[in-house]
Amino acid sequence: MFTGQVGDAASSVPQPFEVTRVRIEAAGVATLEMTTFSPFVFAPGQFNMLYAFGLGEVAISISGDPAQKERVVHTVRSAGAVSGALARLRRGAVIGVRGPYGSHWPVKDAEGSDVVIVAGGLGIAPVRPAMYYLIAHRERYGRIVLLYGARSPGDILYRRELETWRRRLDLDIAVTVDHAAADWRGNVGVVPALIPQIAFDPQHAIALVCGPEIMMRFTISALRDRGLTTHQIFVSMERNMKCAVGLCGHCQFGPAFVCRDGPVFRFDRIAPLFGVREI
Amino acid sequence: MSNQVATIGEKLVIEPHVVQNIISELAGRGYRVIGPTLRDGAIIYDEVKGLENFPVGWTDRQDAGRYRLEKRADAALFGYAVGPHSWKRFFHPPTERLWQARREGSAFTIVEAEAPHRPLALIGVRACELRAIAIHDSVFLAGAYVDKPYELRRDRAFIVAVNCRQASGTCFCVSMDAGPKVETDFDLALTELIDEYRHAFVIEIGSAAGLDLIKNLLWRPATVEEVAAAERVVARTRTQMGRTLDTNGLKELLQANPEHPRWDEVAERCLSCGNCTNVCPTCFCTTVEDTTDLSGTVAERVRRWDSCFTLDFSFIHGGSVRNSARSRYRQWMTHKLAHWIDQFGSSGCVGCGRCITWCPVGIDITEEAAAIRATAEPNEGDADARS
Amino acid sequence: MQGLERIVLGHPFFAGLGPEFSAAISGCARNLRFAAGEYLFREDEPANEFYLIRHGTVALELHSPGRPPIVITTLPEGEILDAACLVPPYRWTFDARAVELVRALGVNARCLRDKCEADHDLGYELMKRFVGAMGERLRATRLQVLDVYGTGR
Repeated sequence: MFTGQVGDAASSVPQPFEVTRVRIEAAGVATLEMTTFSPFVFAPGQFNMLYAFGLGEVAISISGDPAQKERVVHTVRSAGAVSGALARLRRGAVIGVRGPYGSHWPVKDAEGSDVVIVAGGLGIAPVRPAMYYLIAHRERYGRIVLLYGARSPGDILYRRELETWRRRLDLDIAVTVDHAAADWRGNVGVVPALIPQIAFDPQHAIALVCGPEIMMRFTISALRDRGLTTHQIFVSMERNMKCAVGLCGHCQFGPAFVCRDGPVFRFDRIAPLFGVREI
Repeated sequence: MSNQVATIGEKLVIEPHVVQNIISELAGRGYRVIGPTLRDGAIIYDEVKGLENFPVGWTDRQDAGRYRLEKRADAALFGYAVGPHSWKRFFHPPTERLWQARREGSAFTIVEAEAPHRPLALIGVRACELRAIAIHDSVFLAGAYVDKPYELRRDRAFIVAVNCRQASGTCFCVSMDAGPKVETDFDLALTELIDEYRHAFVIEIGSAAGLDLIKNLLWRPATVEEVAAAERVVARTRTQMGRTLDTNGLKELLQANPEHPRWDEVAERCLSCGNCTNVCPTCFCTTVEDTTDLSGTVAERVRRWDSCFTLDFSFIHGGSVRNSARSRYRQWMTHKLAHWIDQFGSSGCVGCGRCITWCPVGIDITEEAAAIRATAEPNEGDADARS
Repeated sequence: MQGLERIVLGHPFFAGLGPEFSAAISGCARNLRFAAGEYLFREDEPANEFYLIRHGTVALELHSPGRPPIVITTLPEGEILDAACLVPPYRWTFDARAVELVRALGVNARCLRDKCEADHDLGYELMKRFVGAMGERLRATRLQVLDVYGTGR
């Protein structure tokens, strides 16, 4: 019934997609999977606009494997009317999808370097496609480090995947939580506090940072203390998005349109804005 | 009917009643003719049938937070500056339905809205307004994503421009290099010559479409004296600017001073009412509304004008990024005069003065820019310097 | 002694410390080992020893009736415990448990404090480092308290 045509990025009309799988990741967080018949091509870090019939649209990062072109995957957290409706969907529901939009993580340019990924909270969703890509092309990179901070053990997303990656000998995975539960045996504390310990070569490394802005600020400070320059650090920004094509004006961050010039930015390009309140 | 053949770029002369003929001819060709008309104490743009709808013999007096109409001593057709409307309401309408979705079981189909039908003919477009339209072209047509309804409306539009006979108290198009002379992007351009001896229009043909429209109407070639008179009109307007804006290094100045104390000062006056964004010919921000009918089977998406001055414009994660009026005024002015250049290659301001006139508390963008320039700190630091 | 001095100079907390000071410190120091689950110290006990974690992770805990201890934060190798040794009342303000095998350098707090009183230059070198470490700890704690990953605010 559904052609599964990918949303035409040049058009602003959503295409209907059927949700073929729903996985509850944590309280209020669900991963939706949609199957397409024509290939859906995206770059890690990009996002789609997801439409809940009659309610509205939200910008959600694509969180699936870029090599699996027959699937469109999104991890949604219930935070408002539209995202709440999306996070509660069941298999068989139909939503509108258009995209992909935005800039992407520099996974190709990073070849030959160490890659340090620091994600906080739901920020692990936009970096997961980058992880898939790096792992699929493991031989092209030096050390690969993933630092992930969650609110509590119950809020850890993609747990099975993280455990699988941790078992590998060629990936460095560390997870920490802000608030421990009684049976938690792992790290407790903020994710920037893990940065002094990790092994990587600051002369030949890039960092991908994604999470709440405060967490990104602290993380960037810790990364710079380790010797990374602002040219080596990439962040994913978030702003209010309506059109996703740079025409409605809502997502402006200084002169940049986050939907079009971002969401991924090389930090030196936005560093002056980062410290300005209410910008 | 004239026996002579006119060419593009040529300057002709027509009598005032031929302006009526232009309107009738355009209407006859299926255009929706928009021109200046008087309503609610202001000169606004609306559909016109003929010169009887024009604010003949009226002029305006404008200053910060002030707009009044006055009777003129003569019967000029275009004896005023610009009012609260701009042409953006026709190319980039205040509300526009984008698409409709119809539910079928768990699925739905989406149908895009029909493109607008009647092409537009605009009568009386000033140089600053032509620049504003060109700026919107760079926003909606020149980027990676083209706004299709806008493109269609622009493609088929016919523009009759007008060289300003007078500037208003809030005009500063000269500072923005956006007027008062109409230079390009028009089909016909009029300069009104009116004094105790004559009332006529020097008309410049700007395009093949303009030539095609005028060729069968009553015209004669302009004399050297008439061309010189027309140029004097514009030259005189040039000296009448009510405001000036120093644009030298203005982009760098504003981008380097997000914490200037002047922002606090203007925030004490600004009501964040959004009038400025409403009347500004280049402001283009919109929002979308998704609705359903009562049965929940038909959904609609409508785009409407929005303003960066609204509190929820920057709403994300339970709060607004720009919570204070200070940050919202700073955003509007910095975007208009600085960020716009990074985004679209030119300033977003055309010097029309509308934001100054229609601000209820009379905030003047030229005054704010001058105040910041007068007391700004020199630029400091670079991205890699640690703070 | 020489071995301990090397260990002192090798720990990140003492980076840049001159040899005259490292000798003084290692004079108060000893090597320590804690098995997984073992407590380094408990809340309110006298803060007699200053610990530098050389290997392993230590959990800072607070106990509360009717529930298991709450882990506030976990400190990895390179970290230190704690400024309480240096200022009155010289008492620990939390429990510290070895999460896994922990190797630490223990510096007798009284020995260290006496040496600092006698040599203010040594005292200043130590204070500079302590203030830096505590400042970092405070910064991280603030971020942790903000609960930035919660939905809305």
